[in-house]
Amino acid sequence: MSYLDYQVAQVPTGFRKILYINWPLVVLVVAVCCIGFLMLYSVAGGVLETWAEPQMYRFAVGMVIMLGLAFVPMWFWRGISIAAYVVCFLMLVAVDLFGTIGMGAQRWIDIGPVRVQPSELMKIALVLLLAAYYDWLDLRRVSRPFWVLVPVVLILAPTALVLIQPDLGTSIMLIAGGGIVMFAAGVSLWYFGVVIAAGVGLVAAVMKSRGTDWQLLKDYQFKRIDTFLDPNADPLGAGYNIIQSQIALGSGGWSGRGFMQGTQSRLNFLPEKHTDFIFTVLSEEFGFIGAFSLLTLYMLIVGFCLYSALSNRDRFASLITIGISGTFFLYFSINMATVMGLLPAKGSPLPLVSYGGTSLMILMLGFGLVQAAHVHRPR
Amino acid sequence: MKKSQREIMVSNRQITRRGLMLAGVQIATVTTLALKLRSMQLDHAEEYRMLADGNSIKIRLLPPARGLILDRNGLIIANNEQNYRVTLTREEAGGEVAPVLRRLAQLIPMPEARIDELLEEFSKRSAITPIVLADRLSWDQFSAIAVNAPSLPGVTPESALSRAYPRAGDFAHVMGYVGPVSDYDLSKIEDPEPVLLLPDFQLGKIGVEGRMEEVLRGKAGARRVEVNSTGREMRQLSRQEGEQGAAVQLTADAALQNYAAQRMGEESAAAVVMDCQTGDLVAICSSPSFDPNKFVRGISSADYRALMDHDHRPLADKTVQGVYPPGSTFKMVTLMAGLEAGVIDAGSRYYCPGYTELGTRRFHCWRRGGHGTVDAVKSLEESCDVYFYELAQRVGIDRIAAMARKLGLGTRHDLPMSAVAEGIAPDREWKQARYGQSWQIGDSLNASIGQGYVLASPLQLAVMTARIASGRQVEPQLIRSIDGVRQQVAEYPPLDISENSLRVARAGMDAVMNSARGTARSSRISREDWRMAGKTGTSQVRNITAAERARGVISNEQLPWDRRDHALFVCYAPFEAPRYAVSVVVEHGGGGSAVAAPIARDILLFALNGGLPPPDAIPSDQRAAMDARHEAMHLYKPEPPRPGRSRA
Repeated sequence: MSYLDYQVAQVPTGFRKILYINWPLVVLVVAVCCIGFLMLYSVAGGVLETWAEPQMYRFAVGMVIMLGLAFVPMWFWRGISIAAYVVCFLMLVAVDLFGTIGMGAQRWIDIGPVRVQPSELMKIALVLLLAAYYDWLDLRRVSRPFWVLVPVVLILAPTALVLIQPDLGTSIMLIAGGGIVMFAAGVSLWYFGVVIAAGVGLVAAVMKSRGTDWQLLKDYQFKRIDTFLDPNADPLGAGYNIIQSQIALGSGGWSGRGFMQGTQSRLNFLPEKHTDFIFTVLSEEFGFIGAFSLLTLYMLIVGFCLYSALSNRDRFASLITIGISGTFFLYFSINMATVMGLLPAKGSPLPLVSYGGTSLMILMLGFGLVQAAHVHRPR
Repeated sequence: MKKSQREIMVSNRQITRRGLMLAGVQIATVTTLALKLRSMQLDHAEEYRMLADGNSIKIRLLPPARGLILDRNGLIIANNEQNYRVTLTREEAGGEVAPVLRRLAQLIPMPEARIDELLEEFSKRSAITPIVLADRLSWDQFSAIAVNAPSLPGVTPESALSRAYPRAGDFAHVMGYVGPVSDYDLSKIEDPEPVLLLPDFQLGKIGVEGRMEEVLRGKAGARRVEVNSTGREMRQLSRQEGEQGAAVQLTADAALQNYAAQRMGEESAAAVVMDCQTGDLVAICSSPSFDPNKFVRGISSADYRALMDHDHRPLADKTVQGVYPPGSTFKMVTLMAGLEAGVIDAGSRYYCPGYTELGTRRFHCWRRGGHGTVDAVKSLEESCDVYFYELAQRVGIDRIAAMARKLGLGTRHDLPMSAVAEGIAPDREWKQARYGQSWQIGDSLNASIGQGYVLASPLQLAVMTARIASGRQVEPQLIRSIDGVRQQVAEYPPLDISENSLRVARAGMDAVMNSARGTARSSRISREDWRMAGKTGTSQVRNITAAERARGVISNEQLPWDRRDHALFVCYAPFEAPRYAVSVVVEHGGGGSAVAAPIARDILLFALNGGLPPPDAIPSDQRAAMDARHEAMHLYKPEPPRPGRSRA
């Protein structure tokens, strides 16, 4: 369905589009971000300037981006999807070649005054391209091996580039994000079953082989895997961070220790409390009520996105919305599972709440696309 | 490529189906997260809360202020004074301590070697551990550092309580001293209080400080503080002050103690002044002394060596630890044993030709020419040895020893002081047990004049004198009150000795001082209402060989100091209503009457007068000498009694 196929008359035009924006979603995003400001104010010890204020400026810019993108019609997004993917891919190559070292890995690229993290942009670009691909692809071919192989290559190529940065977390997010679009597009469940089974089997086999006669990797390689999985682990006390984070979380109890009263965070027992571990601060200070409320807000965001996707008859728009909300879901569930100790420690921010510009901008960009899909849905 | 309506429908249906599946997976995931949250925050919240508190809340002990030690008039003998010191924490100094130390060295004396020592220590300790740079600073130095604090990052001026003994050496032996808790101290204490493990905690080591430790220590307070992940204190949650240890009031009088110490001067001597009625030890002084403050502050090895090498043994407490042959001061014991046994009465006489022959051995009297006919009073008055040689042969050692024990010799008196000596009141059984030999008659003769096996401490001699004077079983008391509660006020039961025997002994002691031929007449008190009774003693520390006797006895002055006789003197006054009993032992001092008696008399006078003896109390020809002595003394000015507690 090309842009000419839209029933243009029924699609709002000009500033009237603002009436068709998915306002509940906007309110939810603003609410989550406000929780973020509150927590950043708290972890800074009641100081606005440290983290909360810069985050507010970024949020303001993010809001403008989101609402701005909501006005851009879908045909434009479909039109630039290939170009966006190619540009991001080249930037990833550039990062691997000349990127700045940050946090022990090459992730940033400086373009003039702007500092870009291409791997983050790639998350959006990949979803965009895959949605366009499945929109273009004949429905009957979706599960044909060749037509499955194409998106797999499209996913794995940037993933490989991100992996050598090295950034395992983003690599997994890229694979999962692409996988969600493929899943939603209707690729046969067998493929997913086989891939998951093979992946689990391979990891199990490699790990099982450690210390046996048929060890599949050398010892130092296993050690590398250990450090690869958790490069920031405190060598003096493995798991110190996660233990402290669990203590903070659990000690919150039903209603928490009170705003700015969390001993774990205020006394620096919590690592990275303004970024990766900010959920524990929330849980410590506002207890189960606070933590569950945030979880509910996140689920409402995902729910509104999903509802918007399922009620949208434009395949491209639906797939984008599902892909972006799925990525968003992965973001917060992985972060929460990590700080609760359900997943191995892996630095990842809590979406919309953690301090950090790139993550916030990418998310607002994504929600901008979701809004555009919502505004321009065929009626 | 244009899609048909049917294609769009198929696509939508498929996306809806897959979207709902995806939603199912997401709901399952979120449910898992919520359940985990519930488990942690609702079911196990208490455990995590305890872990969090354990992380962040620490108990810091506050060492209690030690109980004060006061004299009988409330003068402070052991005090707690502010010890001003500076500590430095490397973390707060920004990691660079060397420049801070150099800047500090401009404010307080700090040799280069000390700086190197400190740098070494800083490199070994954790960055957040405060290390003491200097302590016992003067107020001026302390305030100079406080004023310059901005240019000394990490330097904290702080003050802590430390024990101080304002009367320096006067009470050193009685009081003992405190010092840091050693591993050895801890090994002796079962289940030591945690406060003992605090650095800088001071524990009583010896003397009253050591023996009354439990009373003086007090109860530790505690602060609950919140610490951060590096252990740095962030704020105080609650503070419970400790309880200061109980104040211990001694029976001793600081002014008298001071006078006694000054009066003995550089002699290696001991003096004990005891209240004849209450048993209060009004002064108990060993000379020479040492400054216990040096031990509290950590004595230098040079100072310690000097104390150890001193031939007058300043560290030994001669009053209770030192035992000496009591010499002639023992003669009251032998005399009363004879009187009690009915061997003699007051009128019984022996003839003294200057010696007694026992088999082939001759036992000499101190006066070669002999005393002629001697009765009980004269035996003491002129201290005739032969009288007691004769008496001892008839009374037997066992009755003498029993009398000695009744009078407090050969008995360990229970005082809160270190290593209180038992002394020896020998009898047959004792010698058999000690040497596996049977008692010889010659042993009795030696014992009868306080030589041979007999050993007594100055404390025991004072007890003996007080018991003779009062006729009661007076026990020495050192503690007057604890925390204001008066100790031991019960009256002592009478001695198991007939009044008649006591009266004879007292009359003899009176004659020693006041009759024309009395051995200590020159040390008498001339004021009748303070009439004094006493007994001299000179005890040999070596045997006089026959060859020496043949050449004529060498006078003490010709002998090396440590082979001279011990000079002893016991006395009490007033004669009619005994108030104070005094014993003085001057090691290797020579003669009891010449050396010990004047000291004892002066101390007794000071006790009776409650201050420097009035001139009219002594014979007029001695007044100038006494004035000169007093002139040379460094006595404490009398000060008004102070309230019992210091600011802690």
